[in-house]
Amino acid sequence: MTPFGFTAVVLGISFFAGLLGSLVGVGGGIIVVPALTLLMGVSIQKAIAASIVSVIATSSGAAASYVSERIANMRLGMVLEVATVVGALTGAFLADWVSGRTLFLAFAALLGYTAWSMVRPRGKAVEPADDPLADKLKLHGAYFDKALGREVFYRVSRTRLGLAVSYLAGVASGLLGIGGGVLKVPVMNLAMGIPIKACTATSNFMIGVTAAASAAVYFMRGDVLTFVAAPVAVGVLLGARFGASLMNKMKNASIRYIFVAVLVASSVQMLLKGIHK
Amino acid sequence: MKSAREEKKGSEQVISRVLRSGVTTSLVLLSLGTVISFLTASGYRAGPGEIARLTGEAGTFPRSIPWFIGGLIHLDGQAVIALGLLVLIATPVVRVAVSLAAFARERDRTYVIITGTVLLLLILSFALGKTG
Repeated sequence: MTPFGFTAVVLGISFFAGLLGSLVGVGGGIIVVPALTLLMGVSIQKAIAASIVSVIATSSGAAASYVSERIANMRLGMVLEVATVVGALTGAFLADWVSGRTLFLAFAALLGYTAWSMVRPRGKAVEPADDPLADKLKLHGAYFDKALGREVFYRVSRTRLGLAVSYLAGVASGLLGIGGGVLKVPVMNLAMGIPIKACTATSNFMIGVTAAASAAVYFMRGDVLTFVAAPVAVGVLLGARFGASLMNKMKNASIRYIFVAVLVASSVQMLLKGIHK
Repeated sequence: MKSAREEKKGSEQVISRVLRSGVTTSLVLLSLGTVISFLTASGYRAGPGEIARLTGEAGTFPRSIPWFIGGLIHLDGQAVIALGLLVLIATPVVRVAVSLAAFARERDRTYVIITGTVLLLLILSFALGKTG
């Protein structure tokens, strides 16, 4: 393969990764890492560095639209970010002490269970529980849903649970190098009672910040290859912009099912890593 | 006097603009750097083994600051790409800093503390990453 061919293929794959990531609020590492290692023969270390860059690209590319359209809940994002960043720091410190295998397997099970929780039939929607902390932090939000053609108002509940899970999502991203989006979206949706579109948009808004901290580390170490990272970043940025223009027009159910597919794929990846470790 | 809602909308537009300009700047730099790398002799070659070279140690981002500055002055493709990647990585951090300023302008003390904490922790992790 020529350098031009390599660049073109990586651009195409990354465009798809950015499109998918922007729709469901995850970083796209789930596509970028296997594509670079299995298809293009890049070493795992350099592929992970490129995927961290792709997380930032997805986040900034999509959040520019989500913030101005008010689908991303900025206040909620900022509050949960505190927990995520503290978690990521904890994870980075724990990384030398904890066995990878058990963690990967535990995460595979957790993601699988989460996927099931997202699709299982639920009873009548219950009125969200009162949450004085959410009131105090002014977390409740509203956005205009283009698929429904009306403004959607929502109340946030169980902020404490959301903070705890965001902390764990941060620990996971520090320990396992996975983006926290796969955990943040379900907890916002299932526990905190936030509509799926606001969850994926807010997750997109947040993941760039956590990734920026680790990207700097990879950059200093020299793991970010210009030849690989440039087409990844360009493809993902364009894909994320395109995805952000589509997301609000899609049905909630479609976004939910795409997210569940991503969860199942992540769960399988974690399982394989746990087995091969 | 502006209503609270308009104020809030204002800061959302500012943050959206920060993200948009960071994204556009890095897109331009990354594309420009890639095109330069394909067109110049010191850039990507077409021969066999070139992919292995570029995805191996030769493709490693050179860390010396004099190389970086010299490369930018001579419009070296690799240095332009490196600058584009730096802009991309810095964008979320700038976004947090701008949110902090926006909350301070709205005199929202709780959110100034929350956003300030995130910014401090980010700086802390940058510092730890450098030494670690």
